[in-house]
Amino acid sequence: MAKRKGRGFACINYPIGMNLGGDPSQALVHSTPDGKFMVSLSSIDLGQGMKSVTRQIAAEALGVPVADVYVDTADSDTGPHCMGSFASRGTHRVGNAVIRAATEARAQLLEAAAEELEVDAADLDTDGQGNIHVKGAPSRSITVADTAVAAQFRQGRTVSGRGIFLIPPSEANPETGEMTPVSCFAHGAIVVDLEVDEETGEVEVLELNSAYEVGRALNPKLVEQQLVGGAWMGISHALYETTEPYYPSREHGPVDFNSYLMPGPGDLAPHHIAVIERPAEDAPFGGKGPGEMCANPVIPAVANAIYNAVGVRCDELPITPERILRGIRANGGAQPGGVRR
Amino acid sequence: MPKTPVSFNLNGVETSLFVDGGQNLLDALRRGVGDLTPKFGCNQGTCGACTVLINGRPLLSCLVLASSAEGDSIVTAAGLADGPNLHPLQRAFMDGFAAQCGYCTPGMLLAAKALLDRNPNPAREDVAEAISGNLCRCTGYAPIIEAILAAAEVMRRSSRT
Repeated sequence: MAKRKGRGFACINYPIGMNLGGDPSQALVHSTPDGKFMVSLSSIDLGQGMKSVTRQIAAEALGVPVADVYVDTADSDTGPHCMGSFASRGTHRVGNAVIRAATEARAQLLEAAAEELEVDAADLDTDGQGNIHVKGAPSRSITVADTAVAAQFRQGRTVSGRGIFLIPPSEANPETGEMTPVSCFAHGAIVVDLEVDEETGEVEVLELNSAYEVGRALNPKLVEQQLVGGAWMGISHALYETTEPYYPSREHGPVDFNSYLMPGPGDLAPHHIAVIERPAEDAPFGGKGPGEMCANPVIPAVANAIYNAVGVRCDELPITPERILRGIRANGGAQPGGVRR
Repeated sequence: MPKTPVSFNLNGVETSLFVDGGQNLLDALRRGVGDLTPKFGCNQGTCGACTVLINGRPLLSCLVLASSAEGDSIVTAAGLADGPNLHPLQRAFMDGFAAQCGYCTPGMLLAAKALLDRNPNPAREDVAEAISGNLCRCTGYAPIIEAILAAAEVMRRSSRT
């Protein structure tokens, strides 16, 4: 009886968003009278950081400091429609809508500044620090705040924009069945090292090594945060979590956190992550967002590592000690390195 | 059922209110006092989101009868900052991206404060042990552990000067 080490590998091509019936999101941007900008969304930040990332995207597209942008989310009474925070679509769909809304607001901002400076709006640029200046002549400038005041109190002009981003539904070709269900994929690969106790069936994850291609990491710390937390959730799905341990029998189902198993802070394995940036053409500033693929590839990698460790191929989740022990018994003992036939 | 008057010190402020016989402290803090930093998670003592410090000990406010808090000194996450100056734990959680959805964060902060108050130089395992009663769904715990260790170092340095 011994502990057996195993290594497993898995890759993922993860589609960003969905388009069954079309997949739209909208954004509205308006300037307050003091030259700050409000981004109104009904999109929901569930903790992935959409509020932070849409704020960065709006600031970049408007050409103003991030500190001057506010994001209001999650109220479908006050924000324009969004399909929702699912399918890893938030950064991609909402970000693109925000760019369009901010671009329209920026055009109005520059027109108002052009009127104040008595120049053509096409000759103006922003410095990202709260100023608008004539290209090549930085001294001929006006602040965004003064422009907002001038637009809204003297010129009678709004400084606002509307944006929608829609991936239209893709019909299947009746001849070939071909369709284009998604426009954009993110990618990942993960190696899991673990140890299986062939006497108890217990699994200890020892180390994770992963690489994720996320387009551009618009906020590198938020990307890392999602990848670390998502991999933990993947391990939890692979080894612990279920609402129906003996499905289709409903017996012994957990009813609360006492009986719903999850790994705790004492069960963590070191996770080394490489983030690969390959900006995507149709993504906001190239960023696709990690999303659900943080968790998904961990599960087959864990299953492969268990097979590598003791030769038990589990195709049901979670891979509990009981399932591993039954598999070892069926194989007539642990078979490190996989089953040889 | 008659209500019972109860008085305690909440984040340095003497606080009195009427509570129902079976009312737990979590409910009294949230609905009675209006301090929404202790979070309602499971209401049965298994998630840690409602953790508060009672006389310096981290306790689950959902399992404490409000009427039993008479004369106690209670600290919630609302009492951690000194005016605009964040507590080193709050600062470390922000700097280390140790919160995602944020629902577990107040409980985590107080579990961590209780640890650092009794052990200013904890090992990584001590930190994991101290927050093992607090569930987090988003972070995978690693950034939280790092943030607590970072705050401990900051607090040790500032206590030496």
